[in-house]
Amino acid sequence: MAHGPATLADGWRAYISRWVFTTNHKDIGTLYLWFSFAMFLMGGAFAMVIRAELFQPGMQLIRPEFFNQMTTMHGLVMVFGAIMPAFVGLANWMIPLMIGAPDMALPRMNNLSFWILPFAFAILTSTLFMEGGGPNFGWTFYAPLSTTYAPESVNFFIFAIHIMGASSIMGSINIIATVMNMRAPGMTYMKMPLFVWTWVITAFLLVAVMPVLAGAVTMMLMDINFGTSFFDAAGGGDPVLFQHVFWFFGHPEVYIIILPAFGVVSQIIPTFSRKPLFGYSSMVYATAAIAFLSFVVWAHHMFTVGMPIAGELYFMYATMLIAVPTGVKVFNWITTMYKGSLTFETPMLFSIAFVILFTFGGFTGLMLSIAAADMQYHDTYFVVAHFHYVMVAGAVFSGTAAIYYWLPKWCGKMYNETMGQVQFWVAFIGFNIAFMPQHFLGLAGMPRRYADYGLQFADWNMVSSIGAFIYGGAQIMLLYNVIATIRNGKPTTEEKTWEGAEGLEWTVPSPAPYHTFAKPPEFK
Amino acid sequence: MSTESSYYVPEQSKLPIITATGMGLMAYGAASWVVSGGSMVFTAGLVIMAVVMFKWWSIVIDENMRGLANDQLKRSYVLGMLWFIFSEVMFFAAFFGALFYLRVIVNSWLGGDAAVGIFDDTPTDAAVANNAILWPGYEAEWPPMITPDQAANGDNAVFKGPDEAMSFPGWAKLLGWLPLWNTVILVTSSITVHIAHTGLKNNNRKQFIGWLALSVLLGMIFLVLQVEEYVHAYQHMGLTLESGIYGTTFFMLTGFHGAHVTLGTVMLLIALLRAIKGHFSNEDQFGFEAASWYWHFVDVVWILLFFVVYVFD
Repeated sequence: MAHGPATLADGWRAYISRWVFTTNHKDIGTLYLWFSFAMFLMGGAFAMVIRAELFQPGMQLIRPEFFNQMTTMHGLVMVFGAIMPAFVGLANWMIPLMIGAPDMALPRMNNLSFWILPFAFAILTSTLFMEGGGPNFGWTFYAPLSTTYAPESVNFFIFAIHIMGASSIMGSINIIATVMNMRAPGMTYMKMPLFVWTWVITAFLLVAVMPVLAGAVTMMLMDINFGTSFFDAAGGGDPVLFQHVFWFFGHPEVYIIILPAFGVVSQIIPTFSRKPLFGYSSMVYATAAIAFLSFVVWAHHMFTVGMPIAGELYFMYATMLIAVPTGVKVFNWITTMYKGSLTFETPMLFSIAFVILFTFGGFTGLMLSIAAADMQYHDTYFVVAHFHYVMVAGAVFSGTAAIYYWLPKWCGKMYNETMGQVQFWVAFIGFNIAFMPQHFLGLAGMPRRYADYGLQFADWNMVSSIGAFIYGGAQIMLLYNVIATIRNGKPTTEEKTWEGAEGLEWTVPSPAPYHTFAKPPEFK
Repeated sequence: MSTESSYYVPEQSKLPIITATGMGLMAYGAASWVVSGGSMVFTAGLVIMAVVMFKWWSIVIDENMRGLANDQLKRSYVLGMLWFIFSEVMFFAAFFGALFYLRVIVNSWLGGDAAVGIFDDTPTDAAVANNAILWPGYEAEWPPMITPDQAANGDNAVFKGPDEAMSFPGWAKLLGWLPLWNTVILVTSSITVHIAHTGLKNNNRKQFIGWLALSVLLGMIFLVLQVEEYVHAYQHMGLTLESGIYGTTFFMLTGFHGAHVTLGTVMLLIALLRAIKGHFSNEDQFGFEAASWYWHFVDVVWILLFFVVYVFD
């Protein structure tokens, strides 16, 4: 067995080598979580720059070229640096605890998956300081903007994506191997906590689509530097090919982001409803159905590209079909709460907000899926509002809920409930002020990704910016709450922090010992 | 499901951080190489990766030989390898998908004869206009010997089509057709790996080592012939990476396959060297099995390539 964890008392060298050389799933989970939070603040800072510039019409603070780099980097950092690693961190911490395993299946590869990320993001961030600036073609990096017309730094972006992809694939393979091979006796597949289920399906999606993303950026690299013509019609290629390859990755990617969030909420709502999750098996099948459908709907991102009508109709109906399993999930969460003994601690508040706001974002998604209507909505702020409702109120709210929910298990200290609830309300109100008006802006025709706008959009943009600053402030409060809990939180040693909590992670002491389940527990 | 009563948690390890550093240097180095020339950083990263990979696998093999790896860990390795191969399948799927889209859909739009429906092959107005305005004179054909650029701009074109394509040369010249021989070689090598595997299962080490060595040799011959084909394409057929979409798809698909054959050959070679040192037994053969699964995978990819890229032109 590996020796116990070094603390600062053992000296800096021992402390640093503990984190750098670690093979412990809890250490690696912690690294992922802190790294993703750092990236979240960086991506958030980019968002603040965007909203500050859009506070008023006209150009005030930055040049349009830099604005483009900010929108691009905000998207890339939030998707690949903040949300994805945050959920991998939760997976690392919680999956072994939930299935009664002593660690992840491949502990050294686990460490490698994490330590690639700082290098990848150092490369990506360094592009901002390069001649010609950083990536400026939007996080979806459509060719030929990202090939023929791209700054030279696009090459650094390409290789950063390559190693990020390697990290994701290794991390996912590790999760699949852990879940398939490391479950405690009695922990059959249909008894696994839903968080584990959603993650194993997510990991499958990642292994399936990250290589496709690698293919897309490789084609870009070849077109830019080696004279191929994948995305150049002059040579017989097609820029639309890029969009097909990208969205074949990109659509499953959005479920990669949201499925673990579903898992978290499916753990939290039963706990604070003091009832088992309603419709467990339908939840599992719905998750699998969403994952399957995610592979066959990609071109709904491309309705305005000039597809044949048959293609538009197919992708429209297939997309609408996703509402069915998603609806199953929403009904199950609500039915779990129905007639439960509800209490509203911070994790539950975030989870309920998740259900409401994610459903709202789902409905705007349904509007966007109508091909004829999408001709109007496409590339407007309506789309921006839609995906921030599912990404922020979906993934980020659920991640925040997870932090409050499991923080006592991680560090053996209880957060301050008042502070938690204050943070929730600031985040909830700030979020809605920031993004609700963007629906109106989009429907009124304001295009996304522009540094300036017509005067008729001025009022709602100012409101949106104020909301964004409030929401940004809420994240500083979250950081404060977490640090304050770790330093001065009320110690708690109870195994079961929450009265209604079920599952193996609540059978080990708080804080969870460095090594748990050296002998597999019996699970009935 | 876990049935072990104890579990091997490895000690802290310096391997991952060194590997990550190597990968970071390679990524940064590769980008600065294509931007400004100079391959120093990339090479440094590559050397670090080569050394640390050698060390890492040596340690894993050593742990296995000392009996530290229990059945559960071995199953994890098996799962890891299988899912890694699945990710490789998806990587090739991206390129095969691109080829399909370019050949079937893009080409007919550029040539102006994209049909209005599945049962009605009247060209759509949009496709006709696209052809007439942007690429006048381009006719959809596969392999495209003249690029849309050439059709519209003649000698001023940036993208020029190949002089010759790698197509099926007709039955008369069949026996002199290199891709056919490459197919025969690769399929044979899959069979020889299987015979070697059978030998190992029956504790027949002579059969195991002999047939494994033959497989490695066949892999190498395949690679030599592939290089020969590329040289021929560049020197005598006017077929390069820059020969429009045909050169693009031909070299990218066969090139990535060749890169994977190289990796597979190295894996088989390592298995062979280990076999000669006396590693692997009837019960303990994962290192060899993993290499052989990978080998069968590159073989299947080749068969697809052979039909899609070479035969059905």
